[in-house]
Amino acid sequence: PLPQVHSLQELRRSASLATKVFVQRDYSDGTTCQFQTKFPPELESRIERQLFEETVKTLNGFYAEAEKIGGSSYLEGCLACATAYFIFLCMETHYEKVLKKISKYIQDQNEKIYAPRGLLLTDPLERGMRVIEISIYEDRCSSGSSSSGSSSSSSGGGGGGAGGR
Amino acid sequence: FFSLSSCPYLSEKITPAIPAIGGILFFFVMGTLLRTSFSDPGVLPRATPDEAADLERQIDIANGSSSGGYRPPPRTKEVIINGQTVKLKYCFTCKIFRPPRASHCSLCDNCVERFDHHCPWVGNCVGKRNYRFFYMFILSLSFLTVFIFAFVITHVILRSQQTGFLNALKDSPARYPFTEAYSVVCFFSVWSIVGLSGFHTYLISSNQTTNEDIKGSWSNKRGKENYNPYSYGNIFTNCCAALCGPLSPSLIDRRGFIQPDTPQLAGPSNGITMYGATQSQSNMCDQDQCIQSTKFVLQAAATPLLQSEPSITSEELPLPGKTSISGPCATLTLGQPTPPSSMPNLTSDSGLTDIIPLKEEHEGHQFLTPEEAPSPPGMLPSGSPITHSHTMHVLSLASQDSLHEDSVRGLVKLSSV
Repeated sequence: PLPQVHSLQELRRSASLATKVFVQRDYSDGTTCQFQTKFPPELESRIERQLFEETVKTLNGFYAEAEKIGGSSYLEGCLACATAYFIFLCMETHYEKVLKKISKYIQDQNEKIYAPRGLLLTDPLERGMRVIEISIYEDRCSSGSSSSGSSSSSSGGGGGGAGGR
Repeated sequence: FFSLSSCPYLSEKITPAIPAIGGILFFFVMGTLLRTSFSDPGVLPRATPDEAADLERQIDIANGSSSGGYRPPPRTKEVIINGQTVKLKYCFTCKIFRPPRASHCSLCDNCVERFDHHCPWVGNCVGKRNYRFFYMFILSLSFLTVFIFAFVITHVILRSQQTGFLNALKDSPARYPFTEAYSVVCFFSVWSIVGLSGFHTYLISSNQTTNEDIKGSWSNKRGKENYNPYSYGNIFTNCCAALCGPLSPSLIDRRGFIQPDTPQLAGPSNGITMYGATQSQSNMCDQDQCIQSTKFVLQAAATPLLQSEPSITSEELPLPGKTSISGPCATLTLGQPTPPSSMPNLTSDSGLTDIIPLKEEHEGHQFLTPEEAPSPPGMLPSGSPITHSHTMHVLSLASQDSLHEDSVRGLVKLSSV
Protein backbone atom coordinates (compact mmCIF):
# COMPACT_ATOMS: atom_id res chain seq x y z
CA PRO A 1 0.00 0.00 0.00
CA LEU A 2 1.34 3.40 -0.91
CA PRO A 3 1.91 5.95 1.85
CA GLN A 4 -0.72 8.66 2.19
CA VAL A 5 -0.49 11.76 0.02
CA HIS A 6 2.12 14.24 1.17
CA SER A 7 2.96 17.67 -0.12
CA LEU A 8 6.63 18.45 -0.47
CA GLN A 9 6.87 20.27 2.85
CA GLU A 10 4.98 17.63 4.75
CA LEU A 11 7.21 15.05 3.19
CA ARG A 12 10.29 16.53 4.70
CA ARG A 13 8.79 16.94 8.09
CA SER A 14 7.18 13.61 8.56
CA ALA A 15 9.45 11.35 6.57
CA SER A 16 13.06 10.41 6.92
CA LEU A 17 15.44 9.71 4.12
CA ALA A 18 15.85 6.02 3.60
CA THR A 19 18.07 5.80 0.57
CA LYS A 20 18.97 7.40 -2.72
CA VAL A 21 18.87 5.93 -6.16
CA PHE A 22 21.06 7.29 -8.91
CA VAL A 23 20.14 7.22 -12.57
CA GLN A 24 23.40 7.37 -14.46
CA ARG A 25 24.22 8.97 -17.75
CA ASP A 26 23.78 7.15 -21.02
CA TYR A 27 26.70 7.83 -23.33
CA SER A 28 25.70 5.66 -26.24
CA ASP A 29 24.85 8.76 -28.23
CA GLY A 30 28.15 10.47 -27.65
CA THR A 31 28.84 13.26 -25.24
CA THR A 32 25.33 14.68 -25.30
CA CYS A 33 23.51 14.70 -22.01
CA GLN A 34 21.16 11.73 -21.82
CA PHE A 35 20.14 9.57 -18.91
CA GLN A 36 19.54 5.86 -18.79
CA THR A 37 15.91 4.93 -18.97
CA LYS A 38 16.51 1.60 -17.27
CA PHE A 39 14.16 1.22 -14.34
CA PRO A 40 16.02 0.95 -11.00
CA PRO A 41 14.87 -2.06 -8.97
CA GLU A 42 14.67 -0.04 -5.77
CA LEU A 43 11.76 1.88 -7.19
CA GLU A 44 9.89 -1.28 -8.06
CA SER A 45 7.41 -0.97 -5.27
CA ARG A 46 7.20 2.78 -5.17
CA ILE A 47 6.26 3.98 -8.61
CA GLU A 48 4.94 2.68 -11.87
CA ARG A 49 7.60 1.88 -14.42
CA GLN A 50 5.88 3.80 -17.13
CA LEU A 51 5.71 7.06 -15.17
CA PHE A 52 9.39 6.90 -14.37
CA GLU A 53 10.38 6.19 -17.93
CA GLU A 54 8.26 9.02 -19.16
CA THR A 55 9.96 11.44 -16.78
CA VAL A 56 13.41 10.39 -17.88
CA LYS A 57 12.49 10.45 -21.55
CA THR A 58 11.07 13.95 -21.22
CA LEU A 59 14.22 15.11 -19.47
CA ASN A 60 16.33 13.56 -22.19
CA GLY A 61 14.27 15.40 -24.74
CA PHE A 62 14.85 18.69 -22.95
CA TYR A 63 18.59 18.20 -22.81
CA ALA A 64 18.71 17.25 -26.46
CA GLU A 65 16.85 20.44 -27.26
CA ALA A 66 19.31 22.48 -25.24
CA GLU A 67 22.32 21.05 -26.99
CA LYS A 68 20.85 20.96 -30.44
CA ILE A 69 23.05 22.49 -33.08
CA GLY A 70 21.18 24.08 -35.89
CA GLY A 71 20.34 27.40 -37.43
CA SER A 72 19.18 29.20 -34.31
CA SER A 73 22.09 28.11 -32.17
CA TYR A 74 24.59 29.17 -34.82
CA LEU A 75 22.89 32.51 -35.05
CA GLU A 76 23.09 32.94 -31.32
CA GLY A 77 26.73 31.95 -31.31
CA CYS A 78 27.68 34.33 -34.09
CA LEU A 79 25.71 37.18 -32.60
CA ALA A 80 27.40 36.59 -29.26
CA CYS A 81 30.81 36.57 -30.86
CA ALA A 82 30.05 39.73 -32.80
CA THR A 83 29.07 41.55 -29.62
CA ALA A 84 32.11 40.19 -27.78
CA TYR A 85 29.77 38.16 -25.59
CA PHE A 86 28.43 41.28 -23.95
CA ILE A 87 25.01 40.34 -25.13
CA PHE A 88 24.87 37.70 -22.43
CA LEU A 89 24.66 40.46 -19.87
CA CYS A 90 21.23 41.21 -21.26
CA MET A 91 19.86 37.90 -22.36
CA GLU A 92 20.14 34.26 -21.45
CA THR A 93 21.57 31.63 -23.70
CA HIS A 94 19.23 29.13 -25.23
CA TYR A 95 20.76 26.46 -23.03
CA GLU A 96 19.95 28.39 -19.90
CA LYS A 97 16.40 28.94 -20.99
CA VAL A 98 15.96 25.22 -21.44
CA LEU A 99 17.56 24.57 -18.07
CA LYS A 100 14.96 26.80 -16.48
CA LYS A 101 12.24 24.83 -18.22
CA ILE A 102 13.76 21.64 -16.91
CA SER A 103 13.88 22.93 -13.39
CA LYS A 104 10.24 23.87 -13.57
CA TYR A 105 9.34 20.51 -15.03
CA ILE A 106 11.14 18.65 -12.26
CA GLN A 107 9.44 20.68 -9.60
CA ASP A 108 6.14 20.00 -11.26
CA GLN A 109 6.80 16.27 -11.42
CA ASN A 110 7.88 16.22 -7.83
CA GLU A 111 4.72 17.87 -6.66
CA LYS A 112 2.34 15.87 -8.74
CA ILE A 113 3.82 12.43 -9.02
CA TYR A 114 6.86 11.79 -6.88
CA ALA A 115 6.10 13.42 -3.56
CA PRO A 116 2.79 11.56 -3.13
CA ARG A 117 4.81 8.37 -3.47
CA GLY A 118 7.46 9.42 -1.01
CA LEU A 119 10.09 10.15 -3.63
CA LEU A 120 12.01 13.25 -4.57
CA LEU A 121 13.82 14.05 -7.80
CA THR A 122 16.90 16.23 -7.68
CA ASP A 123 17.74 18.37 -10.68
CA PRO A 124 20.80 16.84 -12.40
CA LEU A 125 22.27 20.32 -12.68
CA GLU A 126 22.86 20.26 -8.95
CA ARG A 127 24.77 17.04 -9.31
CA GLY A 128 27.00 18.27 -12.08
CA MET A 129 24.88 16.60 -14.75
CA ARG A 130 26.22 13.22 -13.69
CA VAL A 131 23.09 11.59 -12.30
CA ILE A 132 19.43 12.04 -11.59
CA GLU A 133 19.23 11.54 -7.87
CA ILE A 134 16.01 10.10 -6.56
CA SER A 135 15.63 10.22 -2.81
CA ILE A 136 13.38 7.63 -1.26
CA TYR A 137 11.67 8.71 1.89
CA GLU A 138 10.29 6.50 4.60
CA ASP A 139 7.22 7.50 6.48
CA ARG A 140 8.28 8.05 10.08
CA CYS A 141 4.87 7.17 11.40
CA SER A 142 4.53 3.79 9.81
CA SER A 143 7.29 1.23 9.88
CA GLY A 144 7.12 1.05 6.11
CA SER A 145 8.88 -1.26 3.74
CA SER A 146 12.57 -0.78 4.10
CA SER A 147 14.20 -0.24 0.75
CA SER A 148 17.68 0.51 2.04
CA GLY A 149 19.23 -2.87 1.52
CA SER A 150 17.75 -3.71 -1.79
CA SER A 151 20.66 -2.83 -4.02
CA SER A 152 21.84 -6.39 -4.15
CA SER A 153 20.46 -6.90 -7.60
CA SER A 154 22.66 -6.39 -10.58
CA SER A 155 21.73 -2.83 -11.32
CA GLY A 156 24.10 -1.07 -13.70
CA GLY A 157 27.72 -1.83 -13.01
CA GLY A 158 29.93 -3.46 -15.56
CA GLY A 159 27.51 -3.77 -18.43
CA GLY A 160 27.60 -1.20 -21.21
CA GLY A 161 25.73 1.98 -20.58
CA ALA A 162 23.27 1.29 -23.31
CA GLY A 163 20.31 2.01 -21.10
CA GLY A 164 16.86 0.88 -21.90
CA ARG A 165 16.91 1.62 -25.57
CA PHE B 1 58.18 48.06 -29.03
CA PHE B 2 56.33 48.02 -32.26
CA SER B 3 54.43 51.12 -31.40
CA LEU B 4 57.49 52.93 -30.17
CA SER B 5 59.76 52.14 -33.03
CA SER B 6 57.96 51.44 -36.22
CA CYS B 7 54.60 53.04 -35.79
CA PRO B 8 55.55 56.68 -35.96
CA TYR B 9 57.65 56.10 -39.05
CA LEU B 10 55.04 54.01 -40.78
CA SER B 11 52.17 56.23 -39.91
CA GLU B 12 54.00 59.14 -41.41
CA LYS B 13 55.00 57.29 -44.49
CA ILE B 14 52.04 55.15 -45.37
CA THR B 15 48.91 55.67 -43.37
CA PRO B 16 47.93 56.15 -39.72
CA ALA B 17 45.52 53.32 -40.08
CA ILE B 18 48.34 50.91 -39.41
CA PRO B 19 48.81 51.51 -35.69
CA ALA B 20 45.06 51.80 -35.37
CA ILE B 21 44.47 48.35 -36.79
CA GLY B 22 47.34 47.03 -34.74
CA GLY B 23 45.81 48.47 -31.63
CA ILE B 24 42.42 46.93 -32.32
CA LEU B 25 43.97 43.56 -32.97
CA PHE B 26 45.97 43.82 -29.79
CA PHE B 27 42.91 44.53 -27.69
CA PHE B 28 41.07 41.68 -29.32
CA VAL B 29 43.93 39.34 -28.49
CA MET B 30 43.99 40.47 -24.89
CA GLY B 31 40.23 40.14 -24.63
CA THR B 32 40.17 36.58 -25.85
CA LEU B 33 43.15 35.71 -23.69
CA LEU B 34 41.42 36.97 -20.58
CA ARG B 35 38.24 35.20 -21.50
CA THR B 36 40.09 31.94 -22.02
CA SER B 37 41.98 32.27 -18.78
CA PHE B 38 39.09 33.14 -16.60
CA SER B 39 36.30 31.03 -17.92
CA ASP B 40 35.47 27.60 -16.67
CA PRO B 41 36.72 25.05 -19.20
CA GLY B 42 33.97 22.62 -18.33
CA VAL B 43 35.04 21.30 -14.97
CA LEU B 44 33.10 18.31 -13.70
CA PRO B 45 32.34 18.66 -10.02
CA ARG B 46 33.32 15.78 -7.80
CA ALA B 47 30.71 13.24 -6.86
CA THR B 48 28.79 13.66 -3.63
CA PRO B 49 29.57 10.99 -1.03
CA ASP B 50 26.25 9.28 -1.65
CA GLU B 51 26.92 8.95 -5.34
CA ALA B 52 30.42 7.68 -4.75
CA ALA B 53 29.18 5.08 -2.32
CA ASP B 54 26.51 3.96 -4.74
CA LEU B 55 29.02 3.61 -7.57
CA GLU B 56 31.45 1.69 -5.36
CA ARG B 57 28.70 -0.69 -4.41
CA GLN B 58 27.84 -1.31 -8.02
CA ILE B 59 31.44 -1.87 -8.97
CA ASP B 60 31.93 -4.32 -6.12
CA ILE B 61 28.93 -6.25 -7.25
CA ALA B 62 30.18 -6.31 -10.80
CA ASN B 63 33.65 -7.49 -9.79
CA GLY B 64 32.58 -10.00 -7.22
CA SER B 65 34.24 -9.19 -3.92
CA SER B 66 37.07 -6.78 -4.54
CA SER B 67 40.41 -8.50 -4.53
CA GLY B 68 43.28 -6.12 -5.34
CA GLY B 69 45.46 -4.73 -2.57
CA TYR B 70 45.52 -1.13 -1.55
CA ARG B 71 44.14 0.19 -4.78
CA PRO B 72 41.81 -1.96 -6.81
CA PRO B 73 42.58 -2.34 -10.51
CA PRO B 74 41.44 0.53 -12.72
CA ARG B 75 37.76 0.36 -13.38
CA THR B 76 36.46 0.83 -16.85
CA LYS B 77 33.11 0.72 -18.51
CA GLU B 78 32.66 0.20 -22.19
CA VAL B 79 30.21 2.10 -24.28
CA ILE B 80 29.43 1.89 -27.92
CA ILE B 81 29.22 5.30 -29.48
CA ASN B 82 28.28 5.56 -33.11
CA GLY B 83 29.70 2.14 -33.79
CA GLN B 84 33.01 2.62 -32.00
CA THR B 85 33.79 1.04 -28.66
CA VAL B 86 34.90 3.66 -26.17
CA LYS B 87 36.29 2.89 -22.73
CA LEU B 88 35.10 5.08 -19.90
CA LYS B 89 37.58 5.29 -17.10
CA TYR B 90 36.84 5.73 -13.45
CA CYS B 91 38.49 8.75 -11.88
CA PHE B 92 39.74 7.99 -8.37
CA THR B 93 40.05 11.62 -7.41
CA CYS B 94 36.67 12.79 -8.55
CA LYS B 95 34.98 9.44 -7.90
CA ILE B 96 33.07 9.41 -11.14
CA PHE B 97 33.15 7.57 -14.38
CA ARG B 98 34.46 10.13 -16.78
CA PRO B 99 32.26 10.98 -19.73
CA PRO B 100 33.80 10.26 -23.11
CA ARG B 101 36.45 12.81 -24.10
CA ALA B 102 36.80 14.04 -20.56
CA SER B 103 40.11 13.84 -18.81
CA HIS B 104 41.53 14.61 -15.43
CA CYS B 105 43.99 17.48 -15.39
CA SER B 106 46.59 16.99 -12.70
CA LEU B 107 47.49 20.68 -12.68
CA CYS B 108 43.96 21.85 -12.06
CA ASP B 109 43.08 18.66 -10.15
CA ASN B 110 39.73 18.42 -11.85
CA CYS B 111 38.09 16.37 -14.51
CA VAL B 112 37.38 18.57 -17.51
CA GLU B 113 34.86 17.83 -20.22
CA ARG B 114 36.18 17.51 -23.75
CA PHE B 115 39.66 18.02 -22.38
CA ASP B 116 42.00 19.50 -24.93
CA HIS B 117 45.15 20.40 -23.03
CA HIS B 118 46.32 22.49 -20.15
CA CYS B 119 47.81 25.65 -21.59
CA PRO B 120 50.53 27.22 -19.44
CA TRP B 121 50.43 30.45 -21.44
CA VAL B 122 46.83 30.91 -20.61
CA GLY B 123 47.15 29.41 -17.16
CA ASN B 124 44.04 27.32 -17.52
CA CYS B 125 42.82 24.09 -19.01
CA VAL B 126 41.29 24.30 -22.43
CA GLY B 127 38.10 22.28 -22.56
CA LYS B 128 34.60 22.30 -23.90
CA ARG B 129 33.53 25.69 -22.65
CA ASN B 130 36.53 27.77 -23.49
CA TYR B 131 37.88 26.09 -26.60
CA ARG B 132 36.36 28.67 -28.90
CA PHE B 133 37.91 31.52 -26.95
CA PHE B 134 41.26 29.77 -27.03
CA TYR B 135 41.00 29.29 -30.76
CA MET B 136 40.05 32.91 -31.31
CA PHE B 137 42.98 33.88 -29.14
CA ILE B 138 45.58 31.99 -31.12
CA LEU B 139 44.02 32.95 -34.42
CA SER B 140 44.00 36.63 -33.61
CA LEU B 141 47.45 36.38 -32.11
CA SER B 142 48.77 34.87 -35.31
CA PHE B 143 47.20 37.68 -37.30
CA LEU B 144 48.74 40.18 -34.93
CA THR B 145 52.21 38.69 -35.13
CA VAL B 146 52.05 38.44 -38.92
CA PHE B 147 50.85 42.02 -39.03
CA ILE B 148 53.63 43.28 -36.82
CA PHE B 149 56.25 41.27 -38.61
CA ALA B 150 55.14 42.50 -41.99
CA PHE B 151 55.25 46.09 -40.96
CA VAL B 152 58.55 45.87 -39.19
CA ILE B 153 60.02 44.48 -42.37
CA THR B 154 58.34 47.20 -44.36
CA HIS B 155 59.85 49.73 -42.07
CA VAL B 156 63.34 48.40 -42.59
CA ILE B 157 62.85 48.18 -46.33
CA LEU B 158 61.54 51.68 -46.64
CA ARG B 159 64.40 53.06 -44.66
CA SER B 160 66.92 51.06 -46.61
CA GLN B 161 65.51 52.47 -49.81
CA GLN B 162 66.47 55.84 -48.57
CA THR B 163 69.83 55.19 -47.11
CA GLY B 164 70.96 51.74 -48.21
CA PHE B 165 70.39 48.52 -46.32
CA LEU B 166 73.44 48.47 -44.10
CA ASN B 167 73.05 52.06 -43.18
CA ALA B 168 69.49 51.44 -42.24
CA LEU B 169 70.54 48.66 -39.91
CA LYS B 170 73.25 50.78 -38.35
CA ASP B 171 71.08 53.76 -38.04
CA SER B 172 68.06 52.15 -36.48
CA PRO B 173 69.32 51.52 -32.96
CA ALA B 174 69.78 55.21 -32.62
CA ARG B 175 66.44 56.42 -33.90
CA TYR B 176 64.23 53.32 -33.84
CA PRO B 177 65.57 51.08 -31.11
CA PHE B 178 65.48 47.31 -31.20
CA THR B 179 64.07 46.94 -34.66
CA GLU B 180 66.29 44.07 -35.79
CA ALA B 181 66.11 42.16 -32.55
CA TYR B 182 62.41 42.60 -32.65
CA SER B 183 62.08 41.31 -36.15
CA VAL B 184 64.07 38.20 -35.33
CA VAL B 185 61.92 37.45 -32.30
CA CYS B 186 58.85 38.17 -34.35
CA PHE B 187 59.95 35.80 -37.06
CA PHE B 188 60.19 32.83 -34.72
CA SER B 189 57.02 33.62 -32.88
CA VAL B 190 55.15 34.00 -36.14
CA TRP B 191 56.08 30.50 -37.16
CA SER B 192 55.18 28.91 -33.86
CA ILE B 193 51.88 30.71 -33.42
CA VAL B 194 50.80 30.25 -37.00
CA GLY B 195 51.76 26.62 -36.73
CA LEU B 196 49.66 26.21 -33.62
CA SER B 197 46.69 27.91 -35.25
CA GLY B 198 46.99 25.63 -38.22
CA PHE B 199 47.13 22.59 -35.97
CA HIS B 200 44.05 23.61 -34.08
CA THR B 201 42.21 24.41 -37.28
CA TYR B 202 42.91 20.84 -38.33
CA LEU B 203 41.68 19.56 -34.97
CA ILE B 204 38.50 21.55 -35.16
CA SER B 205 37.71 20.45 -38.66
CA SER B 206 38.12 16.81 -37.72
CA ASN B 207 36.47 17.28 -34.33
CA GLN B 208 39.30 15.89 -32.27
CA THR B 209 40.95 17.09 -29.13
CA THR B 210 44.69 17.56 -28.74
CA ASN B 211 44.56 14.74 -26.23
CA GLU B 212 43.03 12.35 -28.73
CA ASP B 213 45.35 13.42 -31.48
CA ILE B 214 48.44 12.85 -29.39
CA LYS B 215 47.28 9.45 -28.30
CA GLY B 216 46.22 8.59 -31.80
CA SER B 217 42.85 7.41 -30.59
CA TRP B 218 41.13 7.77 -33.90
CA SER B 219 43.97 7.51 -36.32
CA ASN B 220 43.92 5.08 -39.18
CA LYS B 221 47.16 3.55 -38.02
CA ARG B 222 45.41 1.71 -35.24
CA GLY B 223 43.20 -0.26 -37.49
CA LYS B 224 41.17 0.01 -40.60
CA GLU B 225 37.93 0.22 -38.68
CA ASN B 226 39.03 3.04 -36.45
CA TYR B 227 37.29 6.33 -37.03
CA ASN B 228 36.24 9.29 -34.97
CA PRO B 229 32.72 8.68 -33.67
CA TYR B 230 32.20 12.30 -32.69
CA SER B 231 32.83 13.84 -36.07
CA TYR B 232 29.81 15.01 -37.97
CA GLY B 233 31.43 13.93 -41.19
CA ASN B 234 31.47 17.38 -42.68
CA ILE B 235 34.29 19.87 -42.05
CA PHE B 236 31.98 22.82 -42.06
CA THR B 237 29.62 21.26 -39.51
CA ASN B 238 32.53 20.31 -37.31
CA CYS B 239 33.83 23.87 -37.31
CA CYS B 240 30.46 25.39 -36.64
CA ALA B 241 29.73 22.98 -33.85
CA ALA B 242 32.99 23.69 -32.11
CA LEU B 243 32.93 27.45 -32.48
CA CYS B 244 29.34 28.49 -32.67
CA GLY B 245 27.54 25.69 -30.89
CA PRO B 246 25.55 26.18 -27.70
CA LEU B 247 27.58 27.05 -24.64
CA SER B 248 26.64 25.05 -21.59
CA PRO B 249 26.68 26.91 -18.29
CA SER B 250 29.31 26.31 -15.68
CA LEU B 251 28.68 23.38 -13.36
CA ILE B 252 30.87 24.51 -10.53
CA ASP B 253 29.91 26.64 -7.63
CA ARG B 254 32.62 29.24 -7.26
CA ARG B 255 31.07 30.81 -4.20
CA GLY B 256 30.53 27.67 -2.24
CA PHE B 257 32.30 26.89 0.97
CA ILE B 258 34.41 23.85 1.59
CA GLN B 259 33.72 22.24 4.95
CA PRO B 260 37.11 21.57 6.55
CA ASP B 261 35.96 18.25 7.99
CA THR B 262 34.44 16.67 4.97
CA PRO B 263 36.25 18.18 2.01
CA GLN B 264 33.62 18.50 -0.62
CA LEU B 265 32.48 21.27 -2.88
CA ALA B 266 29.22 22.60 -1.58
CA GLY B 267 26.52 22.19 -4.20
CA PRO B 268 27.69 22.59 -7.78
CA SER B 269 25.47 24.64 -10.01
CA ASN B 270 25.48 28.23 -8.94
CA GLY B 271 26.11 29.15 -12.51
CA ILE B 272 22.35 29.06 -12.77
CA THR B 273 21.51 31.01 -9.66
CA MET B 274 23.39 33.92 -11.06
CA TYR B 275 20.73 34.20 -13.70
CA GLY B 276 17.91 33.90 -11.28
CA ALA B 277 16.57 30.49 -12.16
CA THR B 278 14.52 28.63 -9.62
CA GLN B 279 16.32 25.87 -7.79
CA SER B 280 14.67 22.68 -6.76
CA GLN B 281 13.81 22.82 -3.13
CA SER B 282 15.62 19.77 -1.90
CA ASN B 283 18.97 21.45 -1.40
CA MET B 284 17.81 24.87 -0.33
CA CYS B 285 18.68 24.57 3.34
CA ASP B 286 22.25 23.37 2.90
CA GLN B 287 23.02 25.78 0.13
CA ASP B 288 21.53 28.72 1.94
CA GLN B 289 23.59 28.05 4.98
CA CYS B 290 26.69 27.62 2.94
CA ILE B 291 26.06 30.81 1.05
CA GLN B 292 25.32 32.72 4.25
CA SER B 293 28.42 31.48 5.96
CA THR B 294 30.51 32.34 2.96
CA LYS B 295 29.09 35.84 2.84
CA PHE B 296 29.86 36.16 6.51
CA VAL B 297 33.46 35.12 6.09
CA LEU B 298 33.98 37.30 3.06
CA GLN B 299 32.43 40.38 4.62
CA ALA B 300 34.38 39.89 7.77
CA ALA B 301 37.57 39.43 5.85
CA ALA B 302 36.93 42.46 3.73
CA THR B 303 35.98 44.89 6.46
CA PRO B 304 39.33 45.28 8.25
CA LEU B 305 40.72 46.51 5.00
CA LEU B 306 37.77 48.73 4.23
CA GLN B 307 37.04 50.38 7.51
CA SER B 308 39.06 53.37 8.56
CA GLU B 309 37.24 54.68 11.63
CA PRO B 310 37.23 52.94 14.93
CA SER B 311 33.72 54.02 15.71
CA ILE B 312 31.86 50.79 15.52
CA THR B 313 28.74 50.79 17.57
CA SER B 314 27.89 47.34 18.68
CA GLU B 315 25.15 47.77 21.21
CA GLU B 316 23.53 44.57 20.15
CA LEU B 317 25.23 41.33 19.43
CA PRO B 318 25.12 41.02 15.68
CA LEU B 319 23.16 38.10 14.35
CA PRO B 320 24.71 36.37 11.40
CA GLY B 321 21.48 36.18 9.51
CA LYS B 322 21.53 39.95 9.06
CA THR B 323 23.92 41.36 6.57
CA SER B 324 25.22 44.34 8.52
CA ILE B 325 28.88 44.58 7.82
CA SER B 326 29.93 46.27 11.02
CA GLY B 327 28.24 43.59 13.05
CA PRO B 328 30.33 40.57 12.23
CA CYS B 329 33.40 42.74 12.32
CA ALA B 330 32.80 43.88 15.83
CA THR B 331 32.09 40.40 17.08
CA LEU B 332 35.29 39.11 15.66
CA THR B 333 37.28 41.96 17.10
CA LEU B 334 36.60 40.64 20.54
CA GLY B 335 38.24 37.41 19.67
CA GLN B 336 35.35 35.46 21.07
CA PRO B 337 35.92 31.80 20.50
CA THR B 338 32.24 31.02 20.61
CA PRO B 339 30.55 32.41 17.57
CA PRO B 340 26.93 33.41 17.49
CA SER B 341 24.84 30.32 17.85
CA SER B 342 23.20 29.94 14.49
CA MET B 343 26.46 29.93 12.58
CA PRO B 344 28.20 26.65 11.98
CA ASN B 345 31.16 26.60 14.29
CA LEU B 346 33.73 25.65 11.74
CA THR B 347 33.16 28.63 9.52
CA SER B 348 33.36 31.18 12.29
CA ASP B 349 36.46 29.70 13.80
CA SER B 350 38.33 29.73 10.59
CA GLY B 351 36.94 33.17 9.90
CA LEU B 352 38.31 34.36 13.20
CA THR B 353 41.81 33.16 12.62
CA ASP B 354 41.90 34.78 9.26
CA ILE B 355 40.73 38.12 10.52
CA ILE B 356 42.62 38.38 13.73
CA PRO B 357 46.09 38.47 12.19
CA LEU B 358 44.82 41.23 9.94
CA LYS B 359 43.44 43.08 12.88
CA GLU B 360 46.81 43.23 14.55
CA GLU B 361 47.81 45.94 12.18
CA HIS B 362 44.92 48.11 13.18
CA GLU B 363 45.42 47.81 16.85
CA GLY B 364 45.13 51.49 17.45
CA HIS B 365 41.57 51.42 16.23
CA GLN B 366 40.29 48.54 18.20
CA PHE B 367 40.26 49.96 21.68
CA LEU B 368 36.83 51.44 21.51
CA THR B 369 35.03 48.32 20.43
CA PRO B 370 35.69 46.08 23.40
CA GLU B 371 34.41 48.85 25.63
CA GLU B 372 31.15 49.13 23.83
CA ALA B 373 30.52 45.47 23.33
CA PRO B 374 28.31 43.71 25.83
CA SER B 375 30.16 41.62 28.40
CA PRO B 376 33.29 40.49 26.66
CA PRO B 377 34.63 37.55 28.61
CA GLY B 378 37.58 38.61 30.69
CA MET B 379 38.36 41.80 28.76
CA LEU B 380 38.85 45.06 30.60
CA PRO B 381 38.03 48.39 29.03
CA SER B 382 41.48 49.89 29.28
CA GLY B 383 44.22 50.34 26.76
CA SER B 384 47.17 48.04 27.22
CA PRO B 385 45.58 44.98 28.86
CA ILE B 386 43.40 44.67 25.82
CA THR B 387 46.34 44.71 23.52
CA HIS B 388 48.08 42.04 25.52
CA SER B 389 45.15 39.75 25.97
CA HIS B 390 44.24 40.38 22.39
CA THR B 391 47.67 39.38 21.20
CA MET B 392 47.81 36.33 23.39
CA HIS B 393 44.41 35.30 22.27
CA VAL B 394 45.57 35.75 18.73
CA LEU B 395 48.58 33.57 19.25
CA SER B 396 46.71 30.71 20.84
CA LEU B 397 44.00 30.70 18.25
CA ALA B 398 46.42 31.13 15.40
CA SER B 399 48.54 28.20 16.44
CA GLN B 400 45.57 25.90 16.71
CA ASP B 401 43.85 26.79 13.55
CA SER B 402 46.56 27.38 11.00
CA LEU B 403 45.01 24.70 8.84
CA HIS B 404 41.66 26.41 8.92
CA GLU B 405 43.31 29.69 8.16
CA ASP B 406 44.96 28.30 5.09
CA SER B 407 41.79 26.79 3.80
CA VAL B 408 39.88 29.98 4.35
CA ARG B 409 42.56 32.07 2.71
CA GLY B 410 42.54 29.76 -0.23
CA LEU B 411 38.80 29.90 -0.29
CA VAL B 412 38.69 33.68 -0.23
CA LYS B 413 41.05 33.74 -3.17
CA LEU B 414 38.90 31.22 -4.99
CA SER B 415 35.74 33.14 -4.33
CA SER B 416 37.16 36.37 -5.54
CA VAL B 417 37.83 35.00 -8.99
